[in-house]
Amino acid sequence: MANFRDHMGRPIVAVTGIGVVTSLGVGKSDNWAALTSGKSGIHPITRFPVDHLNTRISGMVDFLPSSSRGASLLTYELAETAAQEAVGEAGLNSGDFGGPLFLASPPVELDWHDRFALYNSDKQDSGAERLLRVARGLKELDVFETTQFGSIADRLADRFGTRGLPITLSTACASGATAIQLGVEAIRRGECDRALSIGADGSATAEALIRFSLLSALSTHNDDPEKASKPFSKDRDGFVLAEGSGALVLESLEAALARGAAVLGILSGCGEKADDFHRTRSKPDGSPAIAAVRAALADAGLGEDEIDYVNAHGTSTPENDKMEHLSLSTVFGERIGSMPISSNKSMIGHTLSAAGAVEAAFSLMTMRESVIPPTINYDNPDPAIMLDVVPNKKRDAQVRTVLSNSFGFGGQNTCLVMAREPV
Amino acid sequence: MSSPHDVVITGIGLVSSLGEGPDTHWQKLAQPGQKPVLEASRFAPYTVHPLPEIDWNLQIAKRGDQRQMETWQRLGTYAAGIALDDAGIKGNDELCTTMDMVVAAGGGERDEAVDADILAASEGRNDRDVLLNEKLTTELRPTLFLAQLSNLLAGNISIVHKVTGSSRTFMGEEGAGVAAVETAAARIRSGQSTHILVGGAFQTEHSDMLLGYELAGYLHRGPWKPVWQRQGAEGGGVVSGSGGAFLVLEQREHAASRGRKIYAELGPVVSGRARRARGELDAEIALLLRQAALPDGKLLAISGASGAHAATSAEKAALDANAAISARGFATLTGHMKEAQFPFAVALAALAVDRKAAYPVFDAATEKPFEGIPASVLATAIGYHQFEGMALVNAA
Repeated sequence: MANFRDHMGRPIVAVTGIGVVTSLGVGKSDNWAALTSGKSGIHPITRFPVDHLNTRISGMVDFLPSSSRGASLLTYELAETAAQEAVGEAGLNSGDFGGPLFLASPPVELDWHDRFALYNSDKQDSGAERLLRVARGLKELDVFETTQFGSIADRLADRFGTRGLPITLSTACASGATAIQLGVEAIRRGECDRALSIGADGSATAEALIRFSLLSALSTHNDDPEKASKPFSKDRDGFVLAEGSGALVLESLEAALARGAAVLGILSGCGEKADDFHRTRSKPDGSPAIAAVRAALADAGLGEDEIDYVNAHGTSTPENDKMEHLSLSTVFGERIGSMPISSNKSMIGHTLSAAGAVEAAFSLMTMRESVIPPTINYDNPDPAIMLDVVPNKKRDAQVRTVLSNSFGFGGQNTCLVMAREPV
Repeated sequence: MSSPHDVVITGIGLVSSLGEGPDTHWQKLAQPGQKPVLEASRFAPYTVHPLPEIDWNLQIAKRGDQRQMETWQRLGTYAAGIALDDAGIKGNDELCTTMDMVVAAGGGERDEAVDADILAASEGRNDRDVLLNEKLTTELRPTLFLAQLSNLLAGNISIVHKVTGSSRTFMGEEGAGVAAVETAAARIRSGQSTHILVGGAFQTEHSDMLLGYELAGYLHRGPWKPVWQRQGAEGGGVVSGSGGAFLVLEQREHAASRGRKIYAELGPVVSGRARRARGELDAEIALLLRQAALPDGKLLAISGASGAHAATSAEKAALDANAAISARGFATLTGHMKEAQFPFAVALAALAVDRKAAYPVFDAATEKPFEGIPASVLATAIGYHQFEGMALVNAA
């Protein structure tokens, strides 16, 4: 009989469905083909004019019906598309999922196009006064829904028949990993047999781009977009804003096997630690990130020598990649030089709230396919942070375990450990 | 029967138009005939319950930290500080670095002047997207973004109060507050956590925060009325208020081992998502009342009712249908505080249990007196638009 409990006596959590959308395409198959051939999804921005902008490239998802309909509708469609793939693969009824929903999604705001339309539908008085007066005369709820933080999850809950009050969360750029962590914890506590965890982000609006730009966080490598995201390179100059979604169906191993589901991987550990140093910068000694990695390993019951591959946060900002190198080399010691560590963001950019979920999906595929996707654009290594980044070309390798890192503004550090097989 | 893994409340941090701190709130709310603090002119035709005067230095020592935040984040960080002080955790490195945190948050304040300027300019421009780029690239204050990000309330609490065990932010109006308390309690019960800071804040004195309700016509207009008496009045029934509520939830044995005063035990926390368009709200409220394991006999209920017509009348009908329940709609005195509403309700319930006394009626026309000692108190938050939750708070 299989062992259904982990080293701490908790239910082992299996992954039985995976879905993903990025600028490289819809679905695992297209994404994996592109990712393993080192293709970049970064391209010039066409969704809005780029006059006055320092950054004019992104990894936006421009090929969905909602791509130009605003952050809320696009985020919903991204989430739905990835979840549909995951739930379908898990062989579950897509209208009656039967477990809770955890959604990582960007904070919502009234879209500027709606703001302009509301404002210019009237001439009386000005500013907020006019907006409020027009607002209370609206007959439809469409615009209202886009401003409610719980609405996307509410629609998804309707669409997939998830149970209970859906949780929408934000831990900034770690959100996708946190959504998975919440699902894992709910199953471990015995609250449910399965959970649907989604990270989705379709919020690459002009204002979002400008905000990150004002914080000097974005690459301005506009002339050669596919070369802009260059994690761990000496000339890295910021991340590339991107969109995407990742969804996992999480299930207790026991329940998954009982219904004859194919087990695609194991979510064996989650770790987190908050940083109290600064709103955007990490504590110089890297201690919170180090603690998060160690917490994830401990939660998984694995030693430092039992991680085969690291799916890096690897944003391509000067700060992140340096700090990630520091924390990984602290935890893994001398072994760091011989461990493959690659960044999916070199090809898909930084999908923000979705990143942790998208990269967990790719981590699981890495183990299943025995192929490590490369870090592309690694032409000018940073000698201060030398790592085996699987430069520029995919690598065939047996990967039994993966550590996936997610670090975010606001001192958020969340790490996931995944395994190919139950231990 | 108490058990070592029970969830107990050992710290309460409150701010509202009534003042700050658990003691002030108890004193004011226990006072029969307490009048609300109202601001009816600044946002006319809307009335709001404004923030009291706050000396931010009391909880946010560094001016530099205060400057990095707009009012919403300062308010939450401030209320969290009161709760940590109240629980004897603030300044205790070991307890802070191992403390988990779940914050219920919306978004922060946009720059109203920049927005108004862009809107005014849009009247004469057809290339509005270019206008946006032109204005936003030159007029936005770079760090304002951080003051707006939902998870940066938690981020600021980590920076100011050094709470760093873990940090999670839930979004989604009242439901976020419900889920935050529910998840925190589940983590403690299962032994995943020993002490958690949970709560939220809402700063309503900003046009976008009013717009968030008014895009669906939810705000009450015209003369102020108590929360239960707004049906049929002009507008949608919600009068909002600025405020914040944080709780320190703790495993009973953890609290006992450090000899802390326990306000109350947090019993069942239940939540739901009625598909209201299909008419499921009445049944959902009834289901939650059953799941909340209400004790026999008379019961005090601290209702987070918003005043929103449909949700408030459904909740009122359900509470009225149970003759044992005496409800107190605290939004009459504080206004609706969105993400903070449920943590606030739980805090008021805990105070009543701790003080062994019920609150007098907040609205003599619709609420009935409660005599005796409330050993258990129900806290509710039926979302003005979506999501529902309740908790039963019991004597420690």
